[in-house]
Amino acid sequence: MTATSHSAERRVVADRPVADADRPFRPDRRRVNWWLTALVAVCALTVLIPLYLTVVTALKTPDQLGGTGFGLPTSARWENFAEAWTLTSFPRALLNTGLVTVGTVLLTLVTNSMVAYAIARNMHRRFFKGLYFYFIAALFVPFPIIMLPVVKQTAILGLDNQLGLILLYTVYGLSFNIFVYVAFIRSIPLELEEAALTDGATTWTVFWRIIFPLLGPMNATVGILTCLWAWNDFMLPLVVLSDPSAQTLPLAQFIFQGQFNTNYPVAFASYLMAMAPLLVVYLFAQRWVISGVMRGSSK
Amino acid sequence: MSTHVSGPRTRMRPERRAPRVFYLMVLPALALFAVFHTVPLLTGMFFSLTNYAGYGEWSFVGLRNYVNLFGDDRIYGAYGFTFLFAIVSTVAVNIIALSIAIALNGRIRFKTGFRGIFFIPNILSILIVGYVFNYLFSNSVPAIADALGITSLTTSILASADTAWIGVVILSVWQAAAFNIIIYLAGLQTIPTELYEAAALDGASPWKQFTSITFPMIGAFFTINMVLSLKNFLQVFDQIVSLTAGGPGTSTESISLLIYRGGFQGGEYGYQTANAVIYLFVIIAISFIQLRVLQRREASF
Repeated sequence: MTATSHSAERRVVADRPVADADRPFRPDRRRVNWWLTALVAVCALTVLIPLYLTVVTALKTPDQLGGTGFGLPTSARWENFAEAWTLTSFPRALLNTGLVTVGTVLLTLVTNSMVAYAIARNMHRRFFKGLYFYFIAALFVPFPIIMLPVVKQTAILGLDNQLGLILLYTVYGLSFNIFVYVAFIRSIPLELEEAALTDGATTWTVFWRIIFPLLGPMNATVGILTCLWAWNDFMLPLVVLSDPSAQTLPLAQFIFQGQFNTNYPVAFASYLMAMAPLLVVYLFAQRWVISGVMRGSSK
Repeated sequence: MSTHVSGPRTRMRPERRAPRVFYLMVLPALALFAVFHTVPLLTGMFFSLTNYAGYGEWSFVGLRNYVNLFGDDRIYGAYGFTFLFAIVSTVAVNIIALSIAIALNGRIRFKTGFRGIFFIPNILSILIVGYVFNYLFSNSVPAIADALGITSLTTSILASADTAWIGVVILSVWQAAAFNIIIYLAGLQTIPTELYEAAALDGASPWKQFTSITFPMIGAFFTINMVLSLKNFLQVFDQIVSLTAGGPGTSTESISLLIYRGGFQGGEYGYQTANAVIYLFVIIAISFIQLRVLQRREASF
């Protein structure tokens, strides 16, 4: 990280008055390392190239394919999107995914934070401490071991549908979320709640009026991670859903791939449409998403 | 993703039982968790002792499933592939993510923009990204290799049983690096800049600064990334379904894929559940060993 282009160095030094002259060894945070910037830009291409490939392929006609696939389409064929739209029943898959994701995020935020609050404030009691470890232990259980029985169970209970998925995501996220929430709640001073309780508030209102709002940053982290998971997950819908009309976006791509895997442009148009909603949201919420996830990791 | 529960200790209250409202807060979730996690876990363990095919009659077979597992080449194949894949991917993803995180934390322009780009893979479905990579490996890379005259790459790496696993590693690392970068960045930002200033005054080289400041200071983040990566990679499924479907032959069949296929389509419900139970113990054992080793290393700095 020492390589710095000479001219850039001189230019920045000229901008900065005295500090550098006084302390020549101090690493200057404001001096831009252009070599490193270029290197990072090259690395960023590894992310952008597959995305570029998806976009150009989605706009081609089958006979334009050939070669490396990186060439621009000679004439954009927008019909690919219309075809993919009907072949995957896109509106229905989008609706299902949206429903499952929104349902999961809401139910997760409400239930998981509440359970964590009860545990965090009663850690000295054996029942709640046991509960904490009971939930945490599930972090280590790989999904395949419960996969087969869960499928039978959801089928018997009539939950082999969107509602079932919402419940399962909420339950399977509990382990990790409890871990994050409990650590955070224990750092909130008890005095706040005690004051409210002396004023006659119930524990219930204390949770909703005081604790839940204070959980804001944690709720953002948990909400973002849950949203990404529920939106993109493939395995759970694959094994749980029985009715084709309940299929989610990833599942629609899987079924579509099996049936129409020869027509690449239409397939890629379909992939692009499945990626687009989250990509658009991310484009606008980028800063917020990243800071949310970073907070979750450092807490 | 914290490693310990911190904060002020909850004060002892005079009453012995918690107010009833706390029980009401946990009971619904506890009931759901028991029904959809613990019951299936126990059911699975129970059926691993039977010859249940997933339908029809079944009877107890004791530990026969477990004994048979040890003589099954397909199981060995799946474990061999999964471990090779998981170890290579864990190492690769951590080296790459840490390098990129350090670069992103350095004195570069367009920091936020680059961070935004590097996080994109994490928001995309692996299944769909896998289809795109499948096209890259099967069409684009051979075409480029052809143009450049690199004969060894003119056929798809996914078409050969020896190289297909590399494709799975590339896809998985591409996708997983995003999240690891963010975690490492969070770690790097906890390091006070004064430490580097002092080290620079003492004339420490960048490599020396990395080994004696950066790396020790983000030890906890390294532990978390290593444990989570390995655990996640050991459960690889979507990547394989979209890229190779386990092929060519069964060369890229992971444990998860084998359990799914044998259990759902192959009439091996009881047998594959026994496989899953072994898999559970393997994952628990590895996670604990890893945690102990890595945390001891952390402490020694």
